[in-house]
Amino acid sequence: MSAPHRIAVVGSGPAGFYAAEALLRSGVPVAVDLFERLPAPFGLVRFGVAPDHPKLKQVTAVFDRIAGLPGFRFVGGIEVGIDVSVAELGACYHAVILANGASLDRRMGIPGEGLAGSHQAGSFIGWYNGHPDAAGLSFDLSTERAVVIGHGNVALDVARILLKTPDELRHTDIAAHALDALAESRIREVQIVGRGGVERVRFSPKELAEFGDLAACDIGLDPDDFPGGVPKPIAEAGVEARANAEILRAFAEAGGGTAKGRRCLIRFGLEPLHLTGSGHVERLHMRRPGSDATVVLECGLVISSIGRRTAPVPGVPYDAAAGVHANLGGRIQAAGVPVPGLYACGWSKRGPRGTIGTNRACGVETAAAVLADLAALPAPIGNADALVTNLATRTSHIIDYAAWRRIEAAELARGQAAGKPREKFVTRAEMLAIAGEAA
Amino acid sequence: MAYVVTDSCRGCRYTECVTVCPVECFHLDEAMTYIDPENCIDCGGCAPICPVGAIHPSWQMPADKAGWIEINRLRAAETPVVNAKLPPLPGADERAERLAS
Repeated sequence: MSAPHRIAVVGSGPAGFYAAEALLRSGVPVAVDLFERLPAPFGLVRFGVAPDHPKLKQVTAVFDRIAGLPGFRFVGGIEVGIDVSVAELGACYHAVILANGASLDRRMGIPGEGLAGSHQAGSFIGWYNGHPDAAGLSFDLSTERAVVIGHGNVALDVARILLKTPDELRHTDIAAHALDALAESRIREVQIVGRGGVERVRFSPKELAEFGDLAACDIGLDPDDFPGGVPKPIAEAGVEARANAEILRAFAEAGGGTAKGRRCLIRFGLEPLHLTGSGHVERLHMRRPGSDATVVLECGLVISSIGRRTAPVPGVPYDAAAGVHANLGGRIQAAGVPVPGLYACGWSKRGPRGTIGTNRACGVETAAAVLADLAALPAPIGNADALVTNLATRTSHIIDYAAWRRIEAAELARGQAAGKPREKFVTRAEMLAIAGEAA
Repeated sequence: MAYVVTDSCRGCRYTECVTVCPVECFHLDEAMTYIDPENCIDCGGCAPICPVGAIHPSWQMPADKAGWIEINRLRAAETPVVNAKLPPLPGADERAERLAS
């Protein structure tokens, strides 16, 4: 039997796992090394999905099954572009699939955005989810009003975590430092601000509807945003758009009172112009698009959630307009010509949209491109096993799947003691210490 | 809670839903697909991608479709998992057009 084709997948979020699965279940003899820069796998399932959405995280059971497929190997703690270059991988594998997600927040590009108290959603989400790169951040929660800018599900996550009570979060896998800080929060109002109208929101109706059921938070719209009343759903709109419109009309009728002590207002037709304050955000200045009317909101915390883009990887062509690796159907392209052996999958291929499962179809598509090209790809000049062995000695922070399972077992045990499903380790050092203990 | 395939799927069986299910919780028989409520994680990926709008969340079922919650539970337990897209049933496109009109 001929030696299997060697394939490196970079990034162990859903896209990376589903690409690995599609390759390993193809019937073609392949071996997949899944590279991950952190000691922990699962990407946004671990560090993006909100702690109060535990059911979505059950998808990790599927990833565990994929990790058990013959030919699969996890290479954690190794950052491609830092510890090893794409060129080095290319020399040791028939094909390299980049599934490194969209780790960079888009900026509003308005004056005052750099003031203290102004943040991007990715930082805040990483912080409450215990991402090692965000664990040391701090957010000023001593203000009465926070503003979240953007009308997508990430904005809803940020607002919901700010508005839930400690009791609503205590039994989730939220990072301990975030729970402690939120327990002291003095935020009593969050306004979720967007430029468009009701028809333009990109919320999932299910996640929008959750705001009707918060323990200590009223929900409403601001009548100022709708001089002619909240528009009725348009019959031609899609199922989701109609559902959102109906939920928003119900929220408008709910009125956004303050009976529960905290409130959330979803605001429409407001374009941020600049932030002002002496050394710290104090006001957000906005205008109504198409008019000169300005609206000024007093607030001490602003979190923008207006989109994400892929971090460029050295040596990989980048599509700056789309914010992804330049690719066609998953084949990386330089000036319109495919780069042999180099592929993309997930958000770094198609941008930050879709559900977890969208990555399954995406992984199948990229894997099909790899498999179609395999016969024509040159055999690697280097040896993948030698590379991984070499990375282990030259970095001393490599994590295999067994080591990750030891970290996970320790997290679950800590969680049990704290009445949480899991208490994450939030530093690489803690994770590496557990991983290094004898199996 | 789970997502639920209703009778709108019968006779079409496009299986677009199967391609975006992260947990392989779709089952099928000769007529339609079913969702295993024990495995569904409520990600909501399948509902908007269904060409005939056959899939609803169990907490938002149209009143005349509520019976499909139990049918999905029973039939998912009796039928095999489907984890890749299949060709739609013959006549699916014509049927989908009738449903839409």
